[in-house]
Amino acid sequence: MDGAAPMLPVRCRVASAQAEGADVATLTLEPVAGALSGGAPGQFNMLYAFGIGEAAISLSGHDEAGRPMHTIRAVGATTRALTAMEAGAELGLRGPFGTGWPVADQAGRHLLAVAGGLGLAPLRPAILAAAAQPGAVSVVHGARSPDTLLYAGELSAWAAEGTPVYLTVDHAAPGWTGRVGTVIGCLPPALAGHDPAAVSAFLCGPEVMMRATAQALSDAGVPPDRIWLSMERNMKCGIGLCGHCQYGPDFICRDGPVLRYDRIAARLTLREI
Amino acid sequence: MTLRTIRELLAEHPLFARFDGATLDELAGCARTEQFDSGALVLREGETADKVFLLRAGDVAVEMATPGQPPMIMETLHPGDLLGVSWLVAPYRHMADARALSNVRALSLDAACLREKCDAIPAVGYAFFRAWAPHVAQRMRAQRMRLLDLYGSGG
Repeated sequence: MDGAAPMLPVRCRVASAQAEGADVATLTLEPVAGALSGGAPGQFNMLYAFGIGEAAISLSGHDEAGRPMHTIRAVGATTRALTAMEAGAELGLRGPFGTGWPVADQAGRHLLAVAGGLGLAPLRPAILAAAAQPGAVSVVHGARSPDTLLYAGELSAWAAEGTPVYLTVDHAAPGWTGRVGTVIGCLPPALAGHDPAAVSAFLCGPEVMMRATAQALSDAGVPPDRIWLSMERNMKCGIGLCGHCQYGPDFICRDGPVLRYDRIAARLTLREI
Repeated sequence: MTLRTIRELLAEHPLFARFDGATLDELAGCARTEQFDSGALVLREGETADKVFLLRAGDVAVEMATPGQPPMIMETLHPGDLLGVSWLVAPYRHMADARALSNVRALSLDAACLREKCDAIPAVGYAFFRAWAPHVAQRMRAQRMRLLDLYGSGG
């Protein structure tokens, strides 16, 4: 993070609030005064609902004016307050913190973005960056049901522009013509036509899903040092001081959230952490 | 276009990749090609499982009928997948409906013929076990993962 006071929130205003479903909203933020640090795809900010609490929320992109966007699901008091905000509401922001997706390091390789649920939000800016190169990225997105697919309009637009998009849901009613199953079932068609050794994968979603997907990709021949996961733990300070998000020798807020699979593969099997 | 024999079609299906030539020769006599238009019912819950399908093209939804409500799609199957595992499980009745989501091309294998071959030639039965058990286990693992409802609140 830029600046000398990483623990001091910057006062921000909601420039726009976009509902993404029943309990999900995307907030575009702007500083009340001054400027915000940019932030790279995969990094996160601590968003502070005044008087309620802070939550770590990944960047889901920047708008045309360079203002940060965050897609938030209401799961607790803080995120409920954040998702209820409308344009003009004020909140605090600290960040950006953590590591980002190594998009620039994937030149010459095919990028496979695998997102489960809200995990598409942190991957979105990486996908947009990679998609600037035609044919460079494929997207796999799994959701609970067709009506909970995140960024449905944008997924359709990506597919229309030539990005292979594989959608799957846990269950569906008749009328759904996509897949019903796990994201792992989408891997064979997503990898078809690509040398797995030349594929890089970015994974974001529930840890159980990422663990199984990383293993399946590795079994399919994608090098473990070319698979990255966005890990999640209870982040508080954001700068590796408080220890709430310790994950073995790493602090997720400082050394993550984006971590390489070969570095954490053994830890993913440890139930104690 | 060259017309391929049933044996050739069997040989190129992923679930038969490990079968030797003699086994394929035996099984080809049990198989036939089938096609289903999009929307057609491929099999129905409760009916005798007298066939097992090997999907070659198109997608199939496995559905469960629920009284008074639209059926739920529990799983979709795609080229390379197997449809109708009940052929091997007494009392040989399908446990769900299956409907073509698009135009489907498949090979069907006659269940009685297959069971007869497996009974008569244990090596054929073992080849089935080796080839198909991983496929069924993989689908069971996927079902378990979906039971976790990972993408529900908080996911």
